[in-house]
Amino acid sequence: MTGFDLSAILTNPEFIAMLLHGIVMTFVIAIGSWLLAMTLAILLLALRFSPGRFGNAFVAGYVSYHRNVPTLVQLMLWYFGIFTLLPDWLSYWLASHNAEAIFAIIGLGLCQAAYFSEDLRSGLRSVSPGQMEAARALGHGYLSAMRFVLMPQGVRNALPPLINHSVSLFKNSSLGVVIGASELTHAVKEIENLSFRTFEIYLIGTLLYLFFSLLIMAGGAYLTMRADPAARTRA
Amino acid sequence: MINDIIAIIRDYWLLLLIGQYPNGPLGGLANTLILSALSIALAFPLSILLALARLSKWPFLRWPVTVLVYVTRGVPLLMLILWSYFLVPLLTGADVPSFVTMLTTLVIYQAAFLSEVVRAGIVALGQGQMEAAKALGHGYFGAMRFVILPQALYNMIPSILSTFVSTIKDTTLGYVINVPDLTFAASQVNNQLLTQPFQVFLILALIYYAICWSLTHVAYRLERRITRKRAGLTGAGAAAVIAPAKIISEQL
Repeated sequence: MTGFDLSAILTNPEFIAMLLHGIVMTFVIAIGSWLLAMTLAILLLALRFSPGRFGNAFVAGYVSYHRNVPTLVQLMLWYFGIFTLLPDWLSYWLASHNAEAIFAIIGLGLCQAAYFSEDLRSGLRSVSPGQMEAARALGHGYLSAMRFVLMPQGVRNALPPLINHSVSLFKNSSLGVVIGASELTHAVKEIENLSFRTFEIYLIGTLLYLFFSLLIMAGGAYLTMRADPAARTRA
Repeated sequence: MINDIIAIIRDYWLLLLIGQYPNGPLGGLANTLILSALSIALAFPLSILLALARLSKWPFLRWPVTVLVYVTRGVPLLMLILWSYFLVPLLTGADVPSFVTMLTTLVIYQAAFLSEVVRAGIVALGQGQMEAAKALGHGYFGAMRFVILPQALYNMIPSILSTFVSTIKDTTLGYVINVPDLTFAASQVNNQLLTQPFQVFLILALIYYAICWSLTHVAYRLERRITRKRAGLTGAGAAAVIAPAKIISEQL
């Protein structure tokens, strides 16, 4: 082991290809689970606001489970547990289609949906009830009042926690390494095993994660600023 | 299914509870709880120092802490664990058990998150408290020690409890460097049984759920009580004091 030398990794085309593959898989997992989470979160929200106690209790249970069980354990339950209970044809299909990444997306997405739906719910709850009444008085139906009056305000209120949780989701994509998904952390560990340049490759991996997280945070700050009408008129 | 679960618990409850303790290192649930409690106990004083540094008027104190907070917010905990696994033995020159590696990581990670909570608590108190304390003859540290921190920290008790919950959830990542905790014990059980992974990991999830749910519930009750107490103590103008009691924590 010689001194600090980043070029030993950065000039090796094999390592660069592994890193790029890792970054792509990290984004596939992060974006895939984000989309799954957001879709589910909106469904959960609709169920929560709909009349009937069963739907409400279901959502409360769903949120409670996914917030109180460690994400890693949820992933393990999916990959090591539920995977084995599936019918043969489905497990064969999954195994030949990168099952690790699929289960990472499912596990992270379902978990994150609980957080997203709570963020949206508290955002909506902080919109004054008068807004709904006023919208209805102006001739909006329930759905159209939701769409044009309540949701825009609710989402704006919910933006800061949504962005924080999106960053967490991106960071949590690294948990995929435990179930064998070939994302960035996996690539970092592989390269470490091949090159023995632990310090250099960890530094590269850390800086990559930091760069993308800060990028998401900056994008979020920009969105928050854009969504705030007071800030817009000031500009 | 239910019978399998009961059988697994009957056969392996001791392993899940304390690991291989008399014949090996302490592990299982006991180790998970010890690791989390120790991390919080060490991270808490550190977080106060970090928060004070972050609020300091000297840039050479403020900048390093700001960088630390952004690094812990932007880099996955898993990556930080790998760093400690590599650096702690290198720096101390000793063969460090994975428990200590994990503890180091968690202390730094949670201290950075808690420092944001402490900072929010101090900022939410408002300038007036500090000015009044100084007018009464306290110096900076006297004012912090006797006026600002007692109020800010009291308001933060629920947040600290919820940080404890996320620490318990974070300890699961020790699995990657073979920390003998509850998750590790469960995967040992799974390796011995081989045929019932779903049942084993379901038990694991349920144990974590029971612990974290009860603690979250306690935090919620405490928060309501503190909010009410604060509102009663200071009357109508208590809005600013109530604000920091909002639970801020990282999820994992």
